[in-house]
Amino acid sequence: MATATAELAERAPDPAAPAQKSQLTRSRVRAAWLFLTPMLILLAMVAGWPLLRTIWFSFTDANLSDLSGAKFIGFENYLAYNDGEWYGVLADSEWWNAVWNTLKFSVISVTLETVLGLVVALVLNASFPGRSLVRAAVLIPWAIPTIVSAKMWGWMMHDQFGILNHMLMSLGLISSPLAWTASPDLALTAVIMVDVWKTTPFMALLILAALQMLPTDCYEAARVDGIHPVRVFFKVTLPLIKPALMVAVIFRLLDALRIFDLIYVLTSNSKDTMSMSVYARQQLVDFQSVGYGSAASTLLFLTVGLCVVLYITFGRVRFDGR
Amino acid sequence: MMHSILRSVIFLGALMAVPLAASAVDLTISCGAVGQERELCEQATSAWAKQTGHRVTITTPSNRTNERYFQYLVDLGAGDSRIDVYQIDIIWPGLLAKHLVDLKEYIPPEEIQRHFPAIVTNNMVDGRLVGMPWFTDAGVLYYRKDLLEKYGLPVPQDWSELADTALYIQLQERQTGGQPELWGYVFQGAAYEGLSCNALEWIASYGGGSLVGTDGTIKADNPQAIMAVARAASWIGTVAPPRVLSFNEEDARQSFQLGNAVFMRNWPYAWALLNGKDSPVAGKVGVGPLPKGGLKGSPASVLGGWQLAVSKYSKNPAIAAELVRYLTGEAVQKQRAITGSYAPTIVRLYDDPELAAAQPFLAVLRPILENAVARPSARVGDSYMAMTTYFWETVHAVLQGRGAAATSLSGLQDQLRLLKTRGGW
Repeated sequence: MATATAELAERAPDPAAPAQKSQLTRSRVRAAWLFLTPMLILLAMVAGWPLLRTIWFSFTDANLSDLSGAKFIGFENYLAYNDGEWYGVLADSEWWNAVWNTLKFSVISVTLETVLGLVVALVLNASFPGRSLVRAAVLIPWAIPTIVSAKMWGWMMHDQFGILNHMLMSLGLISSPLAWTASPDLALTAVIMVDVWKTTPFMALLILAALQMLPTDCYEAARVDGIHPVRVFFKVTLPLIKPALMVAVIFRLLDALRIFDLIYVLTSNSKDTMSMSVYARQQLVDFQSVGYGSAASTLLFLTVGLCVVLYITFGRVRFDGR
Repeated sequence: MMHSILRSVIFLGALMAVPLAASAVDLTISCGAVGQERELCEQATSAWAKQTGHRVTITTPSNRTNERYFQYLVDLGAGDSRIDVYQIDIIWPGLLAKHLVDLKEYIPPEEIQRHFPAIVTNNMVDGRLVGMPWFTDAGVLYYRKDLLEKYGLPVPQDWSELADTALYIQLQERQTGGQPELWGYVFQGAAYEGLSCNALEWIASYGGGSLVGTDGTIKADNPQAIMAVARAASWIGTVAPPRVLSFNEEDARQSFQLGNAVFMRNWPYAWALLNGKDSPVAGKVGVGPLPKGGLKGSPASVLGGWQLAVSKYSKNPAIAAELVRYLTGEAVQKQRAITGSYAPTIVRLYDDPELAAAQPFLAVLRPILENAVARPSARVGDSYMAMTTYFWETVHAVLQGRGAAATSLSGLQDQLRLLKTRGGW
């Protein structure tokens, strides 16, 4: 996709060039807008409007059982001071616990997925018999809906009947069954494990796409010069796939920061694994505090936005693929 | 010949009855399925349907109260007209009132006044009666009469005596009685509303209050409450199975009914099932008030109970209210008390000699019901769901051994104080 955009960018005349807008350019711009409009309208309806409404609700005391009676209360849901005490989402220790859980989850799982995805992609890039079959098979975890895979792992990690404990015990690695999803020390590890299992194929696929477009001449030159393959990987392959890798990582990061389904199915509202989305849902639905929950959702949105801006700035990600 | 004429007459008659039946309406009622609820609901509604010619469909919501509440809230919040009659918990009238019709418009006052006044008051929201009392509940202690007799032990009067007795019988039976699976005490220990009820009973029995004072201040963190919760935590793995931390009402009842526990805390409905024909412990079970918290404490049972309410979005509110009137009436309540041990809400049924003879259990139940402790739902309004969630999460963590009772309850105190500032009750 990155390359396609790059090609387009090359072909299109530079917008900063002196105003020589030909008839053709103008009609192309018009056509672009024409094609873009339906998508923009759709996005405004399914993403823009709910977002604005959530932000609006976060400034009210709306309750789920009666949304019409909502009153404007300013920043009270975020942070307010009353009677010698701070309150609001930003003063709630559970919220900060959720932020910390989410960041821990995102950094660890995305790192593991990137490294493993790279390894899998390199293996799949080599030619061996039955390669296309393996390529398809690797994608299976990614193709299974998250709810299904979370339930499946939930059963496999069951403390009494789970196959995981059974296997580890018969191998003699553990002496008593582990409560994977219920134990406070293991729950986040279990969630990360399942996420890595599920999402590594996605990373592998994106990296594989980048690998397949690498020019072969560098490698031929390296082979002629007798350079060690490990050195070739770090000096040639990695720099060349870096732009694609950075884009893949940002996709995953965005996804990981708003993680909900996997955690909710595996560990429900447990504090040990509660992510920002799970916190927002608990406030919105379980406690019916639409205002307060919306404030949490808005903060989640801002956190995700901030992470992306930081990543793009410091990682020098360029979406044009150059 | 005569026969065929008769047959055509009957056939014609049946044809003519069709337009009559068309004016009959279809109602849907949401009935619980804890114990015999579902069966009894079917019997009573089909009797009413036969009487009136209307049709009644039953839907069954989740057995976990708090989950059931969301199912209702989602339907009612969307103005869904599919369910006409809802079975609602005693803590919900205030939360759901705006979606429910005022039953005073359909049910004559003298019929309403027959019910326990405290429950009727509970179901009145801004002068509207949003639910008719159907059955009332309070936590009671079930015990194995046969095992207590075997070891010559009395029914425990306070919690430490209960733990001692439970441990003694458990050890004896495991060694010599050939019951390796036996545990001393089972209760509702999963992280849900049931645990909030159990924990409130422990705390109230030690004089530790019920989270919120009458003036609305938070009273979660006090020495009596800490002692009560710490004592309960000491049961896990010693007299209560570790699995109890995932038990709801039915899990506890099944374990006790299979003969795997000496004591059980549960609601009155369990009585009929424990003494049912196919129950292994039938006739071996005794029932009484929950233990006191120490010698100075007093027994405390949380008040429960269910109401029938008519949705404002029902297409036939008047007929739905008729169904409610029938189901909450004397005949049905009496039947439910006899076959299912559901405690009636109509006061004079407790003096009914026929009922007293058929269900002597009610005489034990009446004083417990009259002294039952209410949950703080009425006091804190919309904030109750958050409050009870924080409460059961805290207690569940202490029972799991993840933190001491003192620090956990002090954490809860802070959480609830913030909730109060926000909720402003």
